[in-house]
Amino acid sequence: MRSGVLTQKLGMTRMYSENGTVVPLTLLSVKDCYVVDVKTIERDGYVAVQLGTALTKPQRLNNAQKQVFVKKELPALRILQECRVSDDAVVPVGEQLRAEHFIVGQYVDVTATTKGKGFAGAMKRHNFGGLRATHGVSLTHRSHGSTGHREFPGKVFKNKRMAGQMGNTQVTQQSLKVLVIDTENQLIGVQGCVPGANKGWVLVRDATKKTLPADLPYPTAKASDNKAVIAETNNNVAEDNIPAHESTENAAE
Amino acid sequence: MTNLLQKFEQQQVATLAEARAIPAFRPGDTLKVMVKVVEGTRERVQAYEGVCIARKNDGINSTFTVRKISYGEGVERVFPLYAPAVAAVEVVRRGVVRRAKLYYLRGLTGKKARIVERNDYGVAAAAAKEAAAKDAAAAAESAARMTEGQDAAE
Repeated sequence: MRSGVLTQKLGMTRMYSENGTVVPLTLLSVKDCYVVDVKTIERDGYVAVQLGTALTKPQRLNNAQKQVFVKKELPALRILQECRVSDDAVVPVGEQLRAEHFIVGQYVDVTATTKGKGFAGAMKRHNFGGLRATHGVSLTHRSHGSTGHREFPGKVFKNKRMAGQMGNTQVTQQSLKVLVIDTENQLIGVQGCVPGANKGWVLVRDATKKTLPADLPYPTAKASDNKAVIAETNNNVAEDNIPAHESTENAAE
Repeated sequence: MTNLLQKFEQQQVATLAEARAIPAFRPGDTLKVMVKVVEGTRERVQAYEGVCIARKNDGINSTFTVRKISYGEGVERVFPLYAPAVAAVEVVRRGVVRRAKLYYLRGLTGKKARIVERNDYGVAAAAAKEAAAKDAAAAAESAARMTEGQDAAE
Protein backbone atom coordinates (compact mmCIF):
# COMPACT_ATOMS: atom_id res chain seq x y z
CA MET A 1 0.00 0.00 0.00
CA ARG A 2 1.65 3.15 -1.25
CA SER A 3 1.40 6.62 0.17
CA GLY A 4 -1.17 9.04 -1.23
CA VAL A 5 -0.49 12.56 -2.45
CA LEU A 6 -2.05 15.78 -1.16
CA THR A 7 -3.32 17.89 -4.03
CA GLN A 8 -5.37 20.98 -4.63
CA LYS A 9 -8.50 20.82 -6.76
CA LEU A 10 -8.19 23.26 -9.66
CA GLY A 11 -11.56 22.67 -11.27
CA MET A 12 -13.26 20.73 -13.99
CA THR A 13 -12.75 20.76 -17.73
CA ARG A 14 -13.16 18.29 -20.54
CA MET A 15 -11.00 16.36 -22.91
CA TYR A 16 -11.56 14.10 -25.88
CA SER A 17 -10.95 10.38 -25.63
CA GLU A 18 -9.25 8.39 -28.39
CA ASN A 19 -12.57 7.53 -29.98
CA GLY A 20 -13.62 11.16 -29.99
CA THR A 21 -16.10 11.25 -27.12
CA VAL A 22 -16.07 14.02 -24.56
CA VAL A 23 -14.77 12.98 -21.15
CA PRO A 24 -15.28 15.11 -18.01
CA LEU A 25 -12.02 15.76 -16.24
CA THR A 26 -11.03 17.20 -12.87
CA LEU A 27 -7.57 18.70 -12.60
CA LEU A 28 -5.64 18.35 -9.34
CA SER A 29 -2.48 20.33 -8.78
CA VAL A 30 0.44 18.74 -6.92
CA LYS A 31 2.52 21.50 -5.40
CA ASP A 32 4.85 21.30 -2.44
CA CYS A 33 3.60 17.98 -1.10
CA TYR A 34 6.24 16.81 1.38
CA VAL A 35 6.55 13.90 3.77
CA VAL A 36 6.65 15.63 7.16
CA ASP A 37 6.73 12.64 9.49
CA VAL A 38 6.80 8.85 9.47
CA LYS A 39 4.87 6.88 12.07
CA THR A 40 6.57 3.63 13.09
CA ILE A 41 5.42 0.50 14.85
CA GLU A 42 8.00 0.98 17.63
CA ARG A 43 7.04 4.57 18.39
CA ASP A 44 3.40 4.87 17.37
CA GLY A 45 2.10 1.32 16.98
CA TYR A 46 1.25 1.71 13.32
CA VAL A 47 2.96 2.66 10.06
CA ALA A 48 1.94 5.81 8.21
CA VAL A 49 3.40 8.84 6.49
CA GLN A 50 2.32 12.31 7.48
CA LEU A 51 1.97 14.46 4.38
CA GLY A 52 2.02 18.23 4.33
CA THR A 53 1.20 20.76 1.67
CA ALA A 54 0.24 24.44 1.20
CA LEU A 55 3.24 26.68 1.77
CA THR A 56 2.61 29.30 4.41
CA LYS A 57 4.43 32.00 6.31
CA PRO A 58 6.15 30.54 9.38
CA GLN A 59 4.69 33.32 11.54
CA ARG A 60 1.22 31.99 10.76
CA LEU A 61 2.03 28.80 12.68
CA ASN A 62 2.39 28.46 16.42
CA ASN A 63 5.84 27.87 17.82
CA ALA A 64 5.36 24.14 18.32
CA GLN A 65 4.36 23.64 14.69
CA LYS A 66 7.06 26.00 13.44
CA GLN A 67 9.77 23.99 15.21
CA VAL A 68 8.64 20.81 13.45
CA PHE A 69 9.45 22.29 10.08
CA VAL A 70 12.66 23.98 11.22
CA LYS A 71 13.96 20.70 12.69
CA LYS A 72 13.09 18.74 9.57
CA GLU A 73 14.46 21.40 7.25
CA LEU A 74 11.16 21.73 5.46
CA PRO A 75 9.22 24.83 4.41
CA ALA A 76 6.33 25.75 6.70
CA LEU A 77 3.19 23.91 5.63
CA ARG A 78 -0.40 24.56 6.57
CA ILE A 79 -2.19 21.33 5.67
CA LEU A 80 -1.15 18.05 7.31
CA GLN A 81 -2.74 14.69 6.74
CA GLU A 82 -1.73 11.14 7.55
CA CYS A 83 -1.78 8.28 5.12
CA ARG A 84 -1.40 4.64 6.19
CA VAL A 85 1.22 2.74 4.19
CA SER A 86 2.70 -0.76 4.25
CA ASP A 87 6.16 -1.27 5.79
CA ASP A 88 7.99 -1.34 2.47
CA ALA A 89 6.24 1.74 1.07
CA VAL A 90 7.47 4.20 3.67
CA VAL A 91 8.72 7.39 2.06
CA PRO A 92 11.52 9.12 4.03
CA VAL A 93 10.88 12.43 5.78
CA GLY A 94 11.62 15.45 3.60
CA GLU A 95 10.87 13.67 0.34
CA GLN A 96 8.67 15.58 -2.08
CA LEU A 97 5.80 13.69 -3.68
CA ARG A 98 5.00 14.55 -7.26
CA ALA A 99 2.43 13.97 -9.96
CA GLU A 100 4.60 11.14 -11.37
CA HIS A 101 3.64 9.16 -8.27
CA PHE A 102 0.63 8.06 -10.33
CA ILE A 103 0.53 6.82 -13.90
CA VAL A 104 -2.01 7.34 -16.65
CA GLY A 105 -4.60 4.58 -16.83
CA GLN A 106 -4.50 3.58 -13.17
CA TYR A 107 -7.42 4.10 -10.79
CA VAL A 108 -7.36 6.27 -7.69
CA ASP A 109 -9.54 7.02 -4.67
CA VAL A 110 -9.91 10.70 -3.81
CA THR A 111 -10.80 11.98 -0.35
CA ALA A 112 -11.96 15.53 0.32
CA THR A 113 -14.42 17.62 2.29
CA THR A 114 -17.66 18.27 0.44
CA LYS A 115 -19.19 21.68 0.01
CA GLY A 116 -21.32 22.56 3.03
CA LYS A 117 -25.03 23.05 2.37
CA GLY A 118 -25.92 24.07 5.92
CA PHE A 119 -29.01 22.79 7.74
CA ALA A 120 -31.00 21.28 4.89
CA GLY A 121 -34.52 19.90 4.84
CA ALA A 122 -35.43 16.29 4.08
CA MET A 123 -36.29 17.06 0.46
CA LYS A 124 -32.87 18.47 -0.35
CA ARG A 125 -30.88 16.19 1.95
CA HIS A 126 -32.51 12.83 1.27
CA ASN A 127 -34.46 13.46 -1.94
CA PHE A 128 -37.80 13.03 -0.15
CA GLY A 129 -40.89 13.94 -2.14
CA GLY A 130 -42.40 16.37 0.33
CA LEU A 131 -46.11 16.78 0.91
CA ARG A 132 -48.80 17.73 -1.59
CA ALA A 133 -49.14 21.21 -2.99
CA THR A 134 -52.95 21.28 -2.56
CA HIS A 135 -55.76 19.13 -1.11
CA GLY A 136 -55.72 20.86 2.23
CA VAL A 137 -52.00 20.69 3.01
CA SER A 138 -51.23 23.68 5.15
CA LEU A 139 -47.76 25.26 5.51
CA THR A 140 -45.93 21.91 5.36
CA HIS A 141 -45.27 21.38 1.66
CA ARG A 142 -41.59 20.51 2.11
CA SER A 143 -41.97 18.48 5.31
CA HIS A 144 -40.81 14.85 5.65
CA GLY A 145 -44.18 13.69 7.00
CA SER A 146 -44.55 10.99 9.60
CA THR A 147 -41.42 9.56 11.24
CA GLY A 148 -42.76 6.81 13.53
CA HIS A 149 -45.26 4.01 13.88
CA ARG A 150 -48.00 3.34 16.50
CA GLU A 151 -47.95 2.47 20.18
CA PHE A 152 -45.61 -0.31 19.17
CA PRO A 153 -42.68 0.39 18.78
CA GLY A 154 -43.63 3.73 20.31
CA LYS A 155 -40.43 5.44 19.26
CA VAL A 156 -38.71 6.84 16.22
CA PHE A 157 -36.03 4.46 14.96
CA LYS A 158 -32.43 5.55 15.06
CA ASN A 159 -30.93 6.80 11.77
CA LYS A 160 -34.37 7.96 10.65
CA ARG A 161 -33.61 10.29 7.78
CA MET A 162 -34.57 13.82 8.72
CA ALA A 163 -33.46 17.40 8.18
CA GLY A 164 -29.98 18.33 9.39
CA GLN A 165 -26.48 19.40 8.44
CA MET A 166 -25.75 18.53 4.83
CA GLY A 167 -22.31 18.56 3.27
CA ASN A 168 -19.06 19.71 4.85
CA THR A 169 -18.22 16.08 5.56
CA GLN A 170 -15.27 14.00 4.43
CA VAL A 171 -16.15 11.92 1.42
CA THR A 172 -14.09 9.40 -0.56
CA GLN A 173 -14.86 8.91 -4.21
CA GLN A 174 -13.53 5.52 -5.25
CA SER A 175 -12.03 4.24 -8.49
CA LEU A 176 -11.59 7.34 -10.61
CA LYS A 177 -9.45 6.77 -13.69
CA VAL A 178 -6.30 8.82 -14.10
CA LEU A 179 -6.36 10.34 -17.58
CA VAL A 180 -3.66 12.99 -17.37
CA ILE A 181 -0.28 13.21 -15.68
CA ASP A 182 1.35 16.51 -16.56
CA THR A 183 4.89 16.37 -15.19
CA GLU A 184 5.76 19.88 -16.32
CA ASN A 185 2.88 21.61 -14.57
CA GLN A 186 2.51 18.89 -11.90
CA LEU A 187 -1.11 18.11 -12.68
CA ILE A 188 -3.17 14.97 -12.16
CA GLY A 189 -6.31 14.70 -14.25
CA VAL A 190 -8.95 12.23 -13.08
CA GLN A 191 -12.10 11.27 -14.92
CA GLY A 192 -15.29 12.61 -13.40
CA CYS A 193 -15.88 14.85 -10.43
CA VAL A 194 -14.11 15.17 -7.09
CA PRO A 195 -15.79 16.20 -3.82
CA GLY A 196 -15.36 19.73 -2.52
CA ALA A 197 -14.95 23.20 -3.90
CA ASN A 198 -12.22 24.39 -6.23
CA LYS A 199 -8.98 25.19 -4.39
CA GLY A 200 -9.96 22.57 -1.79
CA TRP A 201 -7.41 20.01 -0.57
CA VAL A 202 -7.76 16.50 -1.92
CA LEU A 203 -5.93 13.34 -0.84
CA VAL A 204 -5.34 11.07 -3.83
CA ARG A 205 -4.50 7.41 -3.17
CA ASP A 206 -4.24 4.22 -5.22
CA ALA A 207 -7.66 2.65 -5.68
CA THR A 208 -8.38 -0.11 -3.17
CA LYS A 209 -10.97 -1.83 -5.35
CA LYS A 210 -8.96 -2.09 -8.56
CA THR A 211 -5.89 -4.09 -9.46
CA LEU A 212 -3.04 -1.66 -9.76
CA PRO A 213 -0.63 -1.70 -12.69
CA ALA A 214 2.71 -3.40 -12.00
CA ASP A 215 4.85 -0.50 -13.20
CA LEU A 216 3.81 1.99 -10.53
CA PRO A 217 6.80 3.79 -9.02
CA TYR A 218 7.33 2.13 -5.64
CA PRO A 219 7.28 3.60 -3.02
CA THR A 220 7.18 6.82 -5.05
CA ALA A 221 8.68 8.53 -8.11
CA LYS A 222 12.49 8.65 -7.99
CA ALA A 223 14.04 11.02 -5.50
CA SER A 224 16.89 12.00 -7.83
CA ASP A 225 14.37 13.36 -10.32
CA ASN A 226 12.63 15.19 -7.52
CA LYS A 227 15.63 17.25 -6.50
CA ALA A 228 16.12 18.76 -9.92
CA VAL A 229 12.51 19.75 -10.05
CA ILE A 230 12.51 21.16 -6.53
CA ALA A 231 15.28 23.50 -7.61
CA GLU A 232 13.28 24.40 -10.67
CA THR A 233 10.10 25.15 -8.77
CA ASN A 234 12.03 27.23 -6.28
CA ASN A 235 13.25 29.37 -9.15
CA ASN A 236 9.70 29.76 -10.36
CA VAL A 237 8.63 30.84 -6.92
CA ALA A 238 11.34 33.47 -6.90
CA GLU A 239 10.15 34.71 -10.28
CA ASP A 240 6.61 34.95 -9.03
CA ASN A 241 8.01 37.31 -6.46
CA ILE A 242 6.07 36.01 -3.49
CA PRO A 243 8.18 36.87 -0.45
CA ALA A 244 6.31 34.39 1.72
CA HIS A 245 7.68 31.44 -0.20
CA GLU A 246 11.21 32.76 -0.26
CA SER A 247 11.25 33.39 3.43
CA THR A 248 10.02 29.89 4.15
CA GLU A 249 12.77 28.47 2.03
CA ASN A 250 15.34 30.53 3.83
CA ALA A 251 13.98 29.41 7.14
CA ALA A 252 14.15 25.84 5.99
CA GLU A 253 17.70 26.18 4.85
CA MET B 1 0.92 32.57 -11.47
CA THR B 2 -1.05 31.76 -14.49
CA ASN B 3 -4.12 29.69 -14.04
CA LEU B 4 -3.04 26.10 -14.65
CA LEU B 5 -6.54 25.07 -15.63
CA GLN B 6 -6.69 27.71 -18.37
CA LYS B 7 -3.20 26.77 -19.47
CA PHE B 8 -4.21 23.12 -19.74
CA GLU B 9 -7.28 24.02 -21.78
CA GLN B 10 -5.25 26.24 -24.09
CA GLN B 11 -2.82 23.40 -24.71
CA GLN B 12 -5.72 21.07 -25.50
CA VAL B 13 -7.22 23.62 -27.89
CA ALA B 14 -3.89 24.15 -29.60
CA THR B 15 -3.34 20.44 -30.25
CA LEU B 16 -6.93 19.91 -31.40
CA ALA B 17 -6.86 22.97 -33.66
CA GLU B 18 -3.62 21.74 -35.15
CA ALA B 19 -5.17 18.39 -35.96
CA ARG B 20 -8.03 20.00 -37.90
CA ALA B 21 -8.18 23.53 -39.30
CA ILE B 22 -11.38 25.42 -38.53
CA PRO B 23 -12.56 27.83 -41.22
CA ALA B 24 -13.78 31.32 -40.33
CA PHE B 25 -17.56 31.25 -40.09
CA ARG B 26 -20.22 33.08 -38.15
CA PRO B 27 -23.92 32.85 -37.38
CA GLY B 28 -25.99 33.13 -40.55
CA ASP B 29 -23.54 31.11 -42.63
CA THR B 30 -24.63 27.85 -44.19
CA LEU B 31 -22.27 25.07 -43.16
CA LYS B 32 -21.60 21.55 -44.26
CA VAL B 33 -20.35 19.63 -41.24
CA MET B 34 -18.68 16.31 -41.93
CA VAL B 35 -19.44 14.09 -38.95
CA LYS B 36 -17.63 10.82 -38.30
CA VAL B 37 -20.12 8.04 -37.70
CA VAL B 38 -19.17 4.61 -36.41
CA GLU B 39 -21.36 1.80 -37.70
CA GLY B 40 -20.31 -1.45 -36.09
CA THR B 41 -16.63 -1.65 -36.92
CA ARG B 42 -16.78 0.63 -39.95
CA GLU B 43 -16.31 4.37 -39.72
CA ARG B 44 -17.69 6.71 -42.34
CA VAL B 45 -18.30 10.43 -42.73
CA GLN B 46 -21.80 11.84 -42.82
CA ALA B 47 -22.57 15.35 -44.07
CA TYR B 48 -24.91 17.58 -42.09
CA GLU B 49 -25.80 20.81 -43.86
CA GLY B 50 -27.68 23.73 -42.37
CA VAL B 51 -27.54 27.27 -41.09
CA CYS B 52 -25.26 28.13 -38.20
CA ILE B 53 -27.58 29.86 -35.74
CA ALA B 54 -25.23 30.26 -32.76
CA ARG B 55 -21.63 30.08 -31.71
CA LYS B 56 -20.30 29.79 -28.20
CA ASN B 57 -16.69 30.85 -27.79
CA ASP B 58 -15.41 29.29 -24.58
CA GLY B 59 -12.01 27.75 -25.19
CA ILE B 60 -12.22 23.97 -25.33
CA ASN B 61 -15.95 24.17 -24.55
CA SER B 62 -16.65 26.16 -27.74
CA THR B 63 -19.65 24.94 -29.70
CA PHE B 64 -21.70 25.91 -32.72
CA THR B 65 -25.34 25.13 -33.46
CA VAL B 66 -26.48 24.13 -36.94
CA ARG B 67 -30.17 24.17 -37.84
CA LYS B 68 -31.78 22.57 -40.85
CA ILE B 69 -35.22 21.48 -41.95
CA SER B 70 -35.23 17.71 -42.39
CA TYR B 71 -38.37 16.21 -43.98
CA GLY B 72 -40.37 19.23 -42.86
CA GLU B 73 -39.12 19.00 -39.27
CA GLY B 74 -36.66 21.49 -37.81
CA VAL B 75 -33.48 19.82 -36.56
CA GLU B 76 -30.73 21.46 -34.55
CA ARG B 77 -27.39 19.92 -33.71
CA VAL B 78 -24.83 21.38 -31.37
CA PHE B 79 -21.26 20.47 -32.34
CA PRO B 80 -18.26 20.99 -30.09
CA LEU B 81 -15.96 23.15 -32.19
CA TYR B 82 -12.86 21.08 -31.45
CA ALA B 83 -14.42 17.60 -31.40
CA PRO B 84 -12.41 15.01 -33.31
CA ALA B 85 -15.75 13.53 -34.41
CA VAL B 86 -16.20 16.60 -36.62
CA ALA B 87 -13.98 15.66 -39.56
CA ALA B 88 -14.35 18.96 -41.41
CA VAL B 89 -16.45 22.11 -41.58
CA GLU B 90 -17.12 23.68 -44.95
CA VAL B 91 -18.71 27.11 -45.45
CA VAL B 92 -21.26 26.67 -48.24
CA ARG B 93 -22.80 30.13 -48.21
CA ARG B 94 -22.31 33.19 -46.13
CA GLY B 95 -25.20 35.25 -44.83
CA VAL B 96 -25.95 38.74 -43.57
CA VAL B 97 -27.48 38.75 -40.09
CA ARG B 98 -27.66 41.39 -37.38
CA ARG B 99 -27.77 39.11 -34.38
CA ALA B 100 -25.27 36.73 -32.76
CA LYS B 101 -27.91 34.12 -31.92
CA LEU B 102 -30.51 33.42 -34.60
CA TYR B 103 -33.05 31.74 -32.36
CA TYR B 104 -35.81 33.69 -34.12
CA LEU B 105 -35.39 31.29 -37.07
CA ARG B 106 -37.05 28.58 -34.99
CA GLY B 107 -40.40 30.27 -35.38
CA LEU B 108 -39.99 30.87 -39.09
CA THR B 109 -40.20 28.60 -42.12
CA GLY B 110 -39.96 28.89 -45.89
CA LYS B 111 -39.44 32.33 -47.37
CA LYS B 112 -39.47 34.03 -43.98
CA ALA B 113 -36.48 31.98 -42.85
CA ARG B 114 -34.26 33.14 -45.69
CA ILE B 115 -30.97 34.85 -44.99
CA VAL B 116 -29.54 37.33 -47.47
CA GLU B 117 -26.20 36.23 -48.87
CA ARG B 118 -23.19 38.16 -47.73
CA ASN B 119 -21.18 39.30 -50.71
CA ASP B 120 -17.75 40.69 -50.25
CA TYR B 121 -17.68 43.59 -52.70
CA GLY B 122 -16.52 45.90 -49.96
CA VAL B 123 -13.86 45.58 -47.31
CA ALA B 124 -13.56 41.81 -47.33
CA ALA B 125 -12.99 41.72 -51.09
CA ALA B 126 -10.21 44.28 -50.78
CA ALA B 127 -8.66 42.26 -47.98
CA ALA B 128 -8.92 39.09 -50.04
CA LYS B 129 -7.30 40.82 -53.02
CA GLU B 130 -4.51 42.08 -50.81
CA ALA B 131 -4.00 38.61 -49.36
CA ALA B 132 -3.92 37.11 -52.85
CA ALA B 133 -1.36 39.69 -53.94
CA LYS B 134 0.74 38.90 -50.89
CA ASP B 135 0.49 35.17 -51.63
CA ALA B 136 1.54 35.77 -55.23
CA ALA B 137 4.49 37.85 -54.08
CA ALA B 138 5.49 35.19 -51.57
CA ALA B 139 5.19 32.50 -54.22
CA ALA B 140 7.31 34.50 -56.63
CA GLU B 141 9.88 35.07 -53.94
CA SER B 142 10.02 31.41 -52.98
CA ALA B 143 10.27 30.48 -56.67
CA ALA B 144 13.14 32.89 -57.04
CA ARG B 145 14.79 31.37 -54.01
CA MET B 146 14.30 27.89 -55.44
CA THR B 147 15.99 28.81 -58.70
CA GLU B 148 18.74 30.48 -56.74
CA GLY B 149 19.15 27.29 -54.74
CA GLN B 150 19.32 25.28 -57.94
CA ASP B 151 21.89 27.64 -59.34
CA ALA B 152 23.97 27.26 -56.25
CA ALA B 153 23.65 23.49 -56.45
CA GLU B 154 24.79 23.54 -60.03
